[in-house]
Parts: sequence; C-alpha cells; structure tokens
Amino acid sequence: MKFSHAIIEKNVILMAVLTLITVSIGGLVQIVPLFTVETTIERVEGVRPYSPLELAGRNIYVREGCYLCHSQQIRTFKDEVERYGHYSLAAESMYDHPFQWGSKRTGPDLARVGGKYSNDWHVAHLNNPRALVPESIMPTYQFLNRPLNFDDAAEHLKTLRTLGVPYSEDDIANAQKDLKVQAGALPDEDTTALMARYPKAALGDFDGKPEQVTEMDALVAYLQMLGTLVDFTKINPEDLKQ
Amino acid sequence: MPTKIEKDATTGTETTGHEWDGIKELNTPLPKWWLYTFYACIVWGVIYTVLFPSWPTLSSHFGGTAGYSRRGEVAADLAAQKAGQAELREKIVAMDIDSIRKDPALMGYVQAAGRVAFADNCAGCHGAGGAGAVGFPTLADDDWIWGGKPDQILQTITYGIRNTNENSRVSDMPRFGADSLLTKEQIGDVADYVLSLSGTTGKADAVERGALVFAENCAACHGEKGEGIQDMGGPRLSDGIWLYGGDRKTVVETITYARRGNMPAWSERLDPATVKVLATYVHALGGGQ
Repeated sequence: MKFSHAIIEKNVILMAVLTLITVSIGGLVQIVPLFTVETTIERVEGVRPYSPLELAGRNIYVREGCYLCHSQQIRTFKDEVERYGHYSLAAESMYDHPFQWGSKRTGPDLARVGGKYSNDWHVAHLNNPRALVPESIMPTYQFLNRPLNFDDAAEHLKTLRTLGVPYSEDDIANAQKDLKVQAGALPDEDTTALMARYPKAALGDFDGKPEQVTEMDALVAYLQMLGTLVDFTKINPEDLKQ
Repeated sequence: MPTKIEKDATTGTETTGHEWDGIKELNTPLPKWWLYTFYACIVWGVIYTVLFPSWPTLSSHFGGTAGYSRRGEVAADLAAQKAGQAELREKIVAMDIDSIRKDPALMGYVQAAGRVAFADNCAGCHGAGGAGAVGFPTLADDDWIWGGKPDQILQTITYGIRNTNENSRVSDMPRFGADSLLTKEQIGDVADYVLSLSGTTGKADAVERGALVFAENCAACHGEKGEGIQDMGGPRLSDGIWLYGGDRKTVVETITYARRGNMPAWSERLDPATVKVLATYVHALGGGQ
C-alpha cells in the first residue's frame, strides 16, 4: 500500500502512538546517558561532606539569599581563572543540596574565597561591608552575631544522608560536639577526631566570642572552606576528564 | 476531501488538492532563499556534531574530531599568556627588588600587573591604593609594623602574619586585662602614657605611673620610648598613627584584650613572580623604605 500522511491524520490512535514514539526518542537520547555514563564528576581527591558548623553556615548562606548576588562557579574563561583561581569542578559541589552556583554576580564569585581573607576580615566585613570596601553595596549582616541554634545539627546530616551524602553514623553521633569544637566553644577538646572526619576544616573562634557559637561563626567557617578542598597543585589534567 | 490537484487560474500555482466547503488551498512553494538556508543549517548541524563534542554515548560522549575542549582552551590561553610574560617574570623572580626598581621596563610591568593583583588580593583589607582600614594597616605611609624595606615587605607577603604557615610572622601581644596581668588602674595609666607618647596630654601622675608599667610590660616589644621594634612586630606607638584607634577607650581595649590581626601567606595562593610583583608594587605605594 502506498504510504500516505492522510492515514495518520485520519487515525487518532495511530497518530498518538507515533507521536509517543517520536517524543520518546528525543527524550531517551537525552536522559538515558545520564544513567549509563560512568560519571560526570571528576575523579579528584579531597572533596568531603560539610562539617556540621560549615553546614549550619551554608544554611545561613541559603537563608540570607547570598546566592542572589554571589555565584559559586568559576567558569572556564581565562579572565575568570585569572581572577578567581582554577575553574570550578562538578566534583566540588557534589555534596551540595541544593547547589549554590548562582547566576548573578552583583558581588564577586565566592567559589574559592576560602583562605583569601582572615577570619577578622570576614567578621568586620559582614558587620559593615563599607568599613573595608567603601564602594560596596552589600547589606550589613550585624545581626548574625546572635547565637546559632544548632539543636538540629545531627538532623541536617541525616537529611543530607537520605540524598546520598556519605555521612557515617559516627559523623551523625558527633555532630553537636564537632560543631562546638570547630567553633572553639570547647577549647580543651582535642580536634584530632574532627580534623580526621573533616580535613581542612577551618578551626577557631571566628568572631572573638569563644563562649558562644554564633551564626557569624558558622557562616565564616563555611566561607573559609569554600574551594579549598581540592589541591590543584596535585591534579593531573587527565583526572579532570569527565 | 482531496479533490484533484488543479492549476489556479489567477496565480498559476497548483492547489494542494484539499477542499473544505468549496475553499481550496494553494500549494505555494517555500521561497528558494528560505529553503536553501534551511538545508544549509541542516548540513552545518551535521558537520558541527562531527567536529565538536556532541552526541552522548552509553558510557561517555562523542568528543568530536576537532579535539576541542573548553577546558583545553583555557589551559592554552593561560599558557600563551604565561609564555608572553615569561621573560619579564623570570627576571623579576631572579632579581632583588632594588634592582627591579632601577629597571624602567620591569617597573612598567610591576605597575600594571601589580595594580591588578593588588586590587584582587590586597585591596579587600588594605583598601584601594593601600589606604588601609581599622584593623588593616595603611601601606602608603611611613609606619611599618614588620618593616618597610623591600625584603621585609616581600617576607610579609610571602609568609603572612599569624597564620598556619610555618614561616609566618608571629607576635602575640598578651591580653593584659583579660588574663589579669595588669589591673584596671594600671591599664588606664599605661594607656595615658601611651597616648602621651604622641602628644595627647593626660593626667601627669597617671602618665608617670604608666611609664613605669610600660617599661616593665611593653617596652620589650614596643621599644623603650614606644618607637616600635619591627623585628618583633611591635608597632610604633609614638607616631600618632593608630591601627585600631587612638582614643583612650580603644587603647584601653587594645591593652585589655590585645590585637592579633592576621594575614594569609600569599605564597600559598600566588606564584613567586606575582608575590614579588606585589612586594615591589606595595613598596612603591608611597611608604617604601
């Protein structure tokens, strides 16, 4: 029988079936590889889940909408790499739920801000950005000097574990303590266990108030670890192949 | 229902053969320019997917025959830039700052590259042009805590101050009040004395008592007359320049709780040439000795 488009046009069921097949092909080509490709995440060492204090800081970062003005992705352009450092890897945000890549840079990119400024600088800058950068239009975040509520530190870890972040039972059991130790609220406590669980975590009392864990402590701890986990001096370009 | 295809008398174009209630449809061909653009786009699309990374495969993706990668391009861009500046930068790394300062070509490069690197890395704390801020020293004046000679500046930038680098500059002022090393009255007296060093007159008897406390507790780092000891990182107290503020209340606070500002070891973040460029640039900001 000679093929005629009229056959499809006049048969609703046939048209529905053929439409479904066509759309499926388009969809499958895009979706199937996401399940079958070995990995889109670079094989680099050093990326670890956030410590409880960093996570609390990250939650404040999200709550205050920092991502609306600050991106966390250094793109693969020469000028960006020159200004901010090595371009961001997928691996570096693999434990981010949700990721904070952002899409707007009213302020600078923060993907590698960790270690660039001192703790004092961050506290002074959050208290009053214009004290340090006269032309800044960033709001003041003085209210972050209030106590951090971290009763639910372990719950946050558990929640993230359901999303595939590899927190161990040990991590969860020690969440409260780790948080206080990292913020310098337990000065006599040994930090070895914390540093073993969360290498490169920034330690210390960030805001100059050792007896109290404040939201400022948490946010600065988070900012000070951003982009510091992967040691790019030890990276072989082959490892970055996706 | 399809009727027979006929030629329209007015336009000379054939009809599609459809007819609805007596209305027939002309089968006007697509304009040639449109049609060929469309074909060209298809051809371009096919060529593009062959040359460049495109189709997903089951375990990876087709990388394209042109070998293009965005990351490769960045690496090439950076390498080209590095190669272009390599000669200057090698010279800068090899030479000492005094010789760099005598070489106009190198100084031209230092001014250009230093301005950018300073704005990105230093201005956050030390302000545009090294103007400084409360707690962050001015770099454009004559007052240097750790020294304003080229090598001293270079060392400060390379290893930083009070950080985790093993070569970091370290000086720890005791918390005279918070750790009960001095009484409140003694701190008040010594504050009056310190203020008197830069010409602020306090009560004579307080200044006198303060001088004794100063000689015992402060002179070791700040010098006998508060002139500062750069090797110890003890700031000069007699020049009317204040890092944290020169009113009595702030000076009392400084003595009570001490100040321990810190600075990153920039050798951990920047390459040796950039560090040298920055040291030379900072030296040239106005206060270099």
